Amino acid sequence: MPQIGSFALLLALALSAYSFLAGVLALARPGPGSERLGETARRAGIATFAVVFLAALILVISAFQDDFSIAYIFHHSNRDLPAPYKFATLWSGQEGSLLFWSLLLSAYGLVLRLRHKTDSRLFAHASVIIAAVQIFFLLLLNFAAHPFAIMQGELPPDGNGLNPLLQYPEMVIHPPMLYLGYVGFTVPFAFALGALIMRYPGEKWIHITRRWTMVTWGFLTCGVFLGAHWAYSVLGWGGYWGWDPVENASFMPWLTGTAFLHSVMMQEKRGMLKTWNVWLIFSTFGLSIFGTFLTRSGVVSSVHAFAQSSIGDWFVAFLAIILAVCVFFYVKNRSHLRSEHKLESLVSRESSFLFNNLLFVVACFTVLWGTLFPVLSEWVQGHKITVGPPFFNRVMIPVALLLLLLTAVGPLLAWRRTSLESLKRNFRWPVLGSLATGVVLIAFGMRPWNDMSYFYSLMTIMLSVMVALTVISEFVRGGRVIARHSGQNIFASMVHLAHRNTRRYGGYVVHFGVIVVMIGFAGSAFNKDAEQEMGFGDKMNIGAYTLVCQSYTQEDKPNYGSEWAIIDVFKGGKQIDTLYPEQRFYKASQQTSTMVANRSTMREDLYLVYEGRNLDTGRPIIKAHLNPLVMWIWVGVWIMIAGTVIALIPNAAAVRVTAPARIPAESVATGD
Amino acid sequence: MKAYDASVSGTAQESTVREGTASSRAVTALFVGTARLKAVPSRTVLSRRPIQIVVLLFAVFACLGASDENAHFSTLGHKLMCVCSCNQVLLECNHVGCSYSDRMRGELAAALDRADSDDLVLQSFVQKYGPTVLLAPTATGFNRVAWVIPYLALALGLTTVVLIVRAWRTRPLVMPAGGVAPASPAEFERFRDQARRETEL
Repeated sequence: MPQIGSFALLLALALSAYSFLAGVLALARPGPGSERLGETARRAGIATFAVVFLAALILVISAFQDDFSIAYIFHHSNRDLPAPYKFATLWSGQEGSLLFWSLLLSAYGLVLRLRHKTDSRLFAHASVIIAAVQIFFLLLLNFAAHPFAIMQGELPPDGNGLNPLLQYPEMVIHPPMLYLGYVGFTVPFAFALGALIMRYPGEKWIHITRRWTMVTWGFLTCGVFLGAHWAYSVLGWGGYWGWDPVENASFMPWLTGTAFLHSVMMQEKRGMLKTWNVWLIFSTFGLSIFGTFLTRSGVVSSVHAFAQSSIGDWFVAFLAIILAVCVFFYVKNRSHLRSEHKLESLVSRESSFLFNNLLFVVACFTVLWGTLFPVLSEWVQGHKITVGPPFFNRVMIPVALLLLLLTAVGPLLAWRRTSLESLKRNFRWPVLGSLATGVVLIAFGMRPWNDMSYFYSLMTIMLSVMVALTVISEFVRGGRVIARHSGQNIFASMVHLAHRNTRRYGGYVVHFGVIVVMIGFAGSAFNKDAEQEMGFGDKMNIGAYTLVCQSYTQEDKPNYGSEWAIIDVFKGGKQIDTLYPEQRFYKASQQTSTMVANRSTMREDLYLVYEGRNLDTGRPIIKAHLNPLVMWIWVGVWIMIAGTVIALIPNAAAVRVTAPARIPAESVATGD
Repeated sequence: MKAYDASVSGTAQESTVREGTASSRAVTALFVGTARLKAVPSRTVLSRRPIQIVVLLFAVFACLGASDENAHFSTLGHKLMCVCSCNQVLLECNHVGCSYSDRMRGELAAALDRADSDDLVLQSFVQKYGPTVLLAPTATGFNRVAWVIPYLALALGLTTVVLIVRAWRTRPLVMPAGGVAPASPAEFERFRDQARRETEL
């Protein structure tokens, strides 16, 4: 089996190299034979998918067969590992995750190459670029991080097992989602670079890649938040985002990708920001690769860099090549990217997109800066420093608030220019609603002047209300117009409206999801925690809850042993729940992991962690966190995903108002 | 089963509850639904002495939570990192068998009991555990660059956008010599299509 896997990887490299070289030759020398050569390149690209798929399948089968002759399987699996995690072994370590990356890239390449008839020449360019990226990953897999490397010496009876932190249901879907997002940005990158290389006329490449970009962005959003949810549920520190370098690595391409989704509309509608858009998508792809470099190289220390090695140099070289290629073709063909229109007013949809993009890019730069500053500090000062949550929160929250303000303002501005009258009319209710919310919150006890975090929390909620009212007013206004003409009720009219322009109204739903997430973040200013050793019948109070330890016990299972406590939860003197915080000791890896017990409601999460046992008394130590509004984050993400799906649905046919045809005067005169 | 470090027991014997300030408790109560509102003045009082009441309320609210020791411990504890290589915030380290976090928490509590200033407390941790114990760069020396650059980038970006917008607005439109020719039906169709694109979003 490992030999077949190794051969498949070599064959995939050869096929990718052929796809690239033959594709370049066919594009560089157009002639009678080039079409057939280009077709062979396309088919080699398709075959690459089949061969990489075979390699990945062999690795998964090897995990299920406990083939510990393969070093990767020995290091990341064991006999008693449950089946879903054996499947997840594919992306649980360095070599497997690179193979998984290569598999996803070849799958995206497959879809692209099968749809080549849309525009064969543009697709041929994109196919060549994807083949080039594929070559890099296959070179890595064949010569630097071989997933089918054989164990030396006597075969071990059992494997080391999977990292306990990864033995959680979400880990079966979080990495694939994240990788689908990372890898997916290769497609818009390939189209953007291809369009630049061939000086592709018009904005058709943007129409072609629009859905790719949205789908990719949706996957990345899912991946980032699944990661946050996993950290919240597994790491047991009571939070969901710690500004860890690996988290930052996934957040940076999300920020530039989101900026691209907005600014690309300027190019579609007004033929503006062409250079900016091309560089945004180049940067997004570059940041995806850079994120992988950060995760793998060990340049910065991280809570969950699970797969570090010395392949960082490969990534540095690849990033340098990407930059050189992008700069070369940009300099060569930059005249092709001239703007078709000028901006007419500072108060317009165009300028709001400009500011929105500026803020996203500054946010991305800040995350990058903070992530790399420890390295810079070591170069300059000779010692590393830590750049953690206090830095990022202080710098990023004001930027996020400005973005939230623009989310409220932008959709209500007209293209080209907006009159003062229109501004007053559109903003009256959102601004009043936002101010009223602030007054109510202060009246109910919020004291923004006591602590900066309360101030930020208040501003977040006020701006979120403003965005919500903006979104609602957009739906209601459009719905009323349709209701007036069609006689439908207002809700049916709003559904009809959304169906007529799914991208716009799907986008508003995404905005709505964002504010729900932001309100969830605002709740973190009011987190509480308590810690106590709890014997039988011991009580601990936190917020309105009283926790009573009913019992604690141990259990032994094939894959792990566990200790857990049974905690009764009382509120107002009445028992409302029983929670089971647990700690597991995984036998194969000899590592411990917490299983958080979480009672989650829309108001707050009661989050219990079994921290360990006092060896003197034998009693468990329980840490309780009371985290308000956390569930809003997960609900908000679902709304964002729903909005993305709506935006992907094709528009219903628009009702076209036909203008009277212009008939030449001479035709009228001659009676034609 | 891997044993939990016995040093934990010393600090974990009694419940340590860290809550926000009084105001945060009140707002949490708003979310949680358990607040008893006491500080909202009646309309009649407000109408008699509005300024005094506002000043008094502001003073009362500003004082609420000002001397909350738990909040102080929490604030400083969230500026420090556990040095057990778990890379977690000191107060959030749940690393099983961690031989550092409880000791460090104890040192922090002792320093606050001595009423050391925040700077002194943080400096004592830096001297003992090295500069990586601080979770954010200090505002001194080269570390100041870490704080300045993001704001500088934002300011530069904003200036650049405003300048670009101004330049675009003042860019003259090129008019063809001899006036504007009448549009052909194809051009009309193109303009109509452009208008549709620009107004649909």
